[in-house]
Amino acid sequence: MIQFILNNEVVKTSAHVGMTLLDFIRENKQLKGTKIGCREGDCGACTVLVGNLKDAKISYQSITSCISPLGNANGKHIVTVEGINLPEKLNTVQKSMADNYATQCGFCTPGFVVSMTGYAINSVEENSSKSNCTDAISGNICRCTGYKSIEKAATSVTEKLEENNANNKMEWLINEGFVPDYFKTIPEKLKHLVIARREEQMTWQSHSRESKIVANGTDLYVHNADKLSEENVNLIAGDDSLKGISFTDTICTLGANTTVTEMFEHKKLNTIFPKLKAFLKLVSSEQIRNMGTLGGNFVNASPIGDMSIFFLALNSSLSIMDSNGSVRKFPFSDFHQGYKKYDLKNDEVVHSISFLIPDSTTFFNFEKVSKRTHLDIASVNSAMKISISNDIISKIHISLGGVAPIPKYLKKTTQFLVGKSLSVKTIIEAESILQSEISPISDVRGASDYKRLLARQLFFAHFVELFPSNVSFQNLITS
Amino acid sequence: MKTMKNIDSYGHVRGESLFVDDVIVRQDTLYGLVFDAPKAHGKIISVDYSEAEKVEGVVKIFTYKDIKGENQIGGILPDEPLWAEDEIHFWGQPIAFIVATSEAIAKKARLLIKIEIDELPVITTAKEAKEKGSFINAPRSFNLGNTTASFEECDYVFEGETFSNGQEHLYLETQGCYAIPQENGNIKLISSTQGPTSVQQITARVLGVPMHKIEIDVTRLGGGFGGKEDQATPWAVMAAVAVQHLKKPVKHILNRHDDLRMTGKRHPYESTFKIGLNKDFKIMAFEAEFLQNSGAAADLSPAIAERTLFHATNSYFVPNVKTKVFSCKTNLPPNTAFRGFGGPQGMFVIESAIAQAADKIGVEKRLIQEANLLSENDEFSYGQIATQVEAKNSWIAAKSKFELEKLEQEVHGFNRENNQFKKGISVMPICFGISFTNTSMNHARALIHIYQDGSVGVSTGAVEMGQSVNTKMLQVAAETLGIHPSKVKLETTNTTRVANTSPSAASSTADLNGKAVLMACNSLIGRLKKVVSKMLSVDISFVSFQNDTVFVENKKSNLLWEDVVAQAMLKRVALSENAHYATPIIHFDKTKEKGHPFAYHVYGTAISTVTVDCLRGTYEIDAVKIVHDFGNSMNIGIDIGQVEGALAQGIGWMTLEEIAYSEDGRLLSNALSTYKVPDVFSGPNTIDVIPLETEGHELAIQKSKAVGEPPLMYGIGTYFAIQNAVKAFNKSYIPKFNSPFTPEKVLMALYQK
Repeated sequence: MIQFILNNEVVKTSAHVGMTLLDFIRENKQLKGTKIGCREGDCGACTVLVGNLKDAKISYQSITSCISPLGNANGKHIVTVEGINLPEKLNTVQKSMADNYATQCGFCTPGFVVSMTGYAINSVEENSSKSNCTDAISGNICRCTGYKSIEKAATSVTEKLEENNANNKMEWLINEGFVPDYFKTIPEKLKHLVIARREEQMTWQSHSRESKIVANGTDLYVHNADKLSEENVNLIAGDDSLKGISFTDTICTLGANTTVTEMFEHKKLNTIFPKLKAFLKLVSSEQIRNMGTLGGNFVNASPIGDMSIFFLALNSSLSIMDSNGSVRKFPFSDFHQGYKKYDLKNDEVVHSISFLIPDSTTFFNFEKVSKRTHLDIASVNSAMKISISNDIISKIHISLGGVAPIPKYLKKTTQFLVGKSLSVKTIIEAESILQSEISPISDVRGASDYKRLLARQLFFAHFVELFPSNVSFQNLITS
Repeated sequence: MKTMKNIDSYGHVRGESLFVDDVIVRQDTLYGLVFDAPKAHGKIISVDYSEAEKVEGVVKIFTYKDIKGENQIGGILPDEPLWAEDEIHFWGQPIAFIVATSEAIAKKARLLIKIEIDELPVITTAKEAKEKGSFINAPRSFNLGNTTASFEECDYVFEGETFSNGQEHLYLETQGCYAIPQENGNIKLISSTQGPTSVQQITARVLGVPMHKIEIDVTRLGGGFGGKEDQATPWAVMAAVAVQHLKKPVKHILNRHDDLRMTGKRHPYESTFKIGLNKDFKIMAFEAEFLQNSGAAADLSPAIAERTLFHATNSYFVPNVKTKVFSCKTNLPPNTAFRGFGGPQGMFVIESAIAQAADKIGVEKRLIQEANLLSENDEFSYGQIATQVEAKNSWIAAKSKFELEKLEQEVHGFNRENNQFKKGISVMPICFGISFTNTSMNHARALIHIYQDGSVGVSTGAVEMGQSVNTKMLQVAAETLGIHPSKVKLETTNTTRVANTSPSAASSTADLNGKAVLMACNSLIGRLKKVVSKMLSVDISFVSFQNDTVFVENKKSNLLWEDVVAQAMLKRVALSENAHYATPIIHFDKTKEKGHPFAYHVYGTAISTVTVDCLRGTYEIDAVKIVHDFGNSMNIGIDIGQVEGALAQGIGWMTLEEIAYSEDGRLLSNALSTYKVPDVFSGPNTIDVIPLETEGHELAIQKSKAVGEPPLMYGIGTYFAIQNAVKAFNKSYIPKFNSPFTPEKVLMALYQK
């Protein structure tokens, strides 16, 4: 039995926790405003908001309900388009969409409306770090409008939000017609549900070994939603022991359940990696970043897993925990062993990943090229961490995705580079070693020739981005 | 009224608008799922359904043996079975239809069906089909003047080849139908189709019943783009066959992967061209041979091939033209209509030919384009004489309003100063003919009821799929009747109210149905004026209706619309009207390939600029600036939405949407994770649309020209803008005409030696 609030209704259900939230909404609850577009999190037509109680406040995030297990709604406030409708008029986002001709066939529209309303709540409530309303619809596909009208609607929503200077933010949102007034009653209602939920909270170890471990489902539900709707699932997203971003003086540790959005919004991480937001915007869409976890990305084991590439270049250490709670720790570069093969036993989960916080002489860069810049899987991606003293490379770690059966750590290339001076000549020489380390195959993400060329280009790009005065694009290309 | 919003907006933004999948179903509803061919070509040795049939909840698995009428769904040519019998011709071809108490059960059962296939050779490309003589029908050819003689006299002659890939429609709402048994063996189908009549006709044929037993009802589509013109039919027919046997409602909604795998797409074209020019850049002769990859059955391919020929010279006058198109039969899913309907494929070839000529001669492409734009009274290769031509006007307007020469200088300046980033610019004029090229399809009807309280219901054959045709119909009705729009309701599109409709396609839906609405409203108004004339004892010619009120000699009277309707009711005056409209003037003789097939043409010019990152091979589209010939737009907000949406699809087709099949005919771009359409970030940073000031055309509804398809072809400009940026970086690049210009092709071109 799970309990959550769906719009303004407390739901207690013994429906299978592995069924998709989308099916529960449309079939069990007959709420048809949430649409089925692709069932793989790639179109956003099924977008809903998830409200999480933190202290006395609720923070809302957009997710794609088609790849989200129902059980993850436990103790949350789930908001569909019906839940943001005002009784007799359009809410502010809806009105902006209608006024700007931003709806044509109407099938994708509820998803856009929900994403933008989620943005509105966030930006007012938390002075959110999200840069603008357009980012909030990064996971919503429209095939009719060409987006310009939707962007206009987003701009007018943003302008309206800028008027806000009230103390009681939720009250302001309600008064300005962004959300219905029942929203103010939700924190209190949710508090009771959450308390009830804590009492029955189990850790991942308390489930049967046969259960399929699922965090937020962004990969597993793309392919296995039917199976997971019937089989035993072990939903670990609520397991707090796998959560959290913590720091010592020199080490940063991120729990396996950390979502990409949690990294994106983390103040200290943004200080450590000044371009973090730009990097992470290349990772999927906002809806998926709100769900996708680091642990999930590692065990997905895709050779082009963005977060695997990111942490490989940080020379990270991975912690694995078994069902008795004992932890083993080893270099992350040893985790992936072959195509979709990795070092994790049946009774283990990924616990956390940690890395040495870069000092002032250490620099980091992340590159990704895909057919579509956003919400796409990379053709090739790469990251590099480099330490420089007196123009000499003292330490360097480079990862490259899409060029081998596993997310590739470039061992030989980096060995060659250590101790060398930072120059065009060095980089050109290293590039030929790089080519000897990789073995890209031709597939739908590109021909092998292309991936080799792109690997070179992204390798160059690290230096062009980090050391424009030492290494110019022109010199690299013409050498 | 010209600023009216899409009348569905309110329901759309609240998630209250109903699509097929949202209809609340009867409790005894069953669910259907297609079992399709797991190979692209072969003989079926055996199919074993026994394990699948044992799954609890499976009600029946239908095959061709269960068909009581004909196993034939072909529209233009009778060459496509509903369910394969002994041979399969494409990967994804329907073989059987599993009906179960839930979709999940049907999916489980599908995995248990065993099929043995004796595989036959697979053809996936048009070129290979041509070499093997595999065609859908005989080739078509348009001829004007004498190209052979003209090439002899040309100063420049160039030959080349092009490829344009297919395109997945990716309507956000997948194909689907809900079939409900009625009494006496009648069946009602709620279908997501652009062609209700074709669903009705084919269903009747397959079921072996008269058409009047089948009712098709369409509320709206979650996008169509041509993909639901012909290919919404089979899914509805399958559900209807099941209803005929089981007498229970059957819901059949394709999941995205099945939809991607089983349905046809825009046709890939492999083409060759020969272009001859004079020293002054006048194109004297143009030849092109188009190889259309039609897929495994005719579907609409012959009509699409024809339109390729109609638009092979785009908005240029070429005195000597010889074009030929082959509809090549391959083992891909039958390719089908997609916004532009073969026109874009034709235009890409002549634009490539001009680009190649420009590259070889060493001039800017736009100088050749500019020297050859159509003029009044020029003859198209199909015999129609161009009138009300706006090719030069739109070009000149774009050039001056957007300061083309300054833009070009900025691009060149930027390129001189930057190494890693290069900009490219291109100009793309368009000329697109409006009408179904099959003259007999250019008709429509409207049925209008004025209810006795003065409210009005309008039924037409138009299908609402986001193009806001219902809004336009409402505008015509409300304006003609002189009443407030809130008094008018647009009914669903239903074959029992408006029969024998042409599909909502060819950009013509608003023109054809709007004219019918206009005629019906005029008849009704004529009768109501008579009523007023008697009531007020004034001459009928003095009476008019405006703002829900009767006007006499343009002065407001005290008589309200409702009063007149009530009086008409008392006097037993007919308050319903059915009108039939057929486009005048148009004709085409296929034996001579000459005639006047189009009611009119739509023109426009787009200037595209892009920036290529020469380190990563990625690009951004900076701006697309368009002067477009809307005629006298009846709703500029809606029409600009059509331009922007079509442009995005055109850009998608030319840049990142890449269909891929394996050599054995399996779709590789078979999910949204592998087939990418434009998202909010991939479109142009700026789109400017300026309406060209023109009078519009009498044959366009309210002189407001058709707008659905033509702007898609502005997207072709993006290809050439990217190509120009690549040329600016890599002097040894030899231009290729192979779309889409993906980041992969861009990077390879940047570093081609």
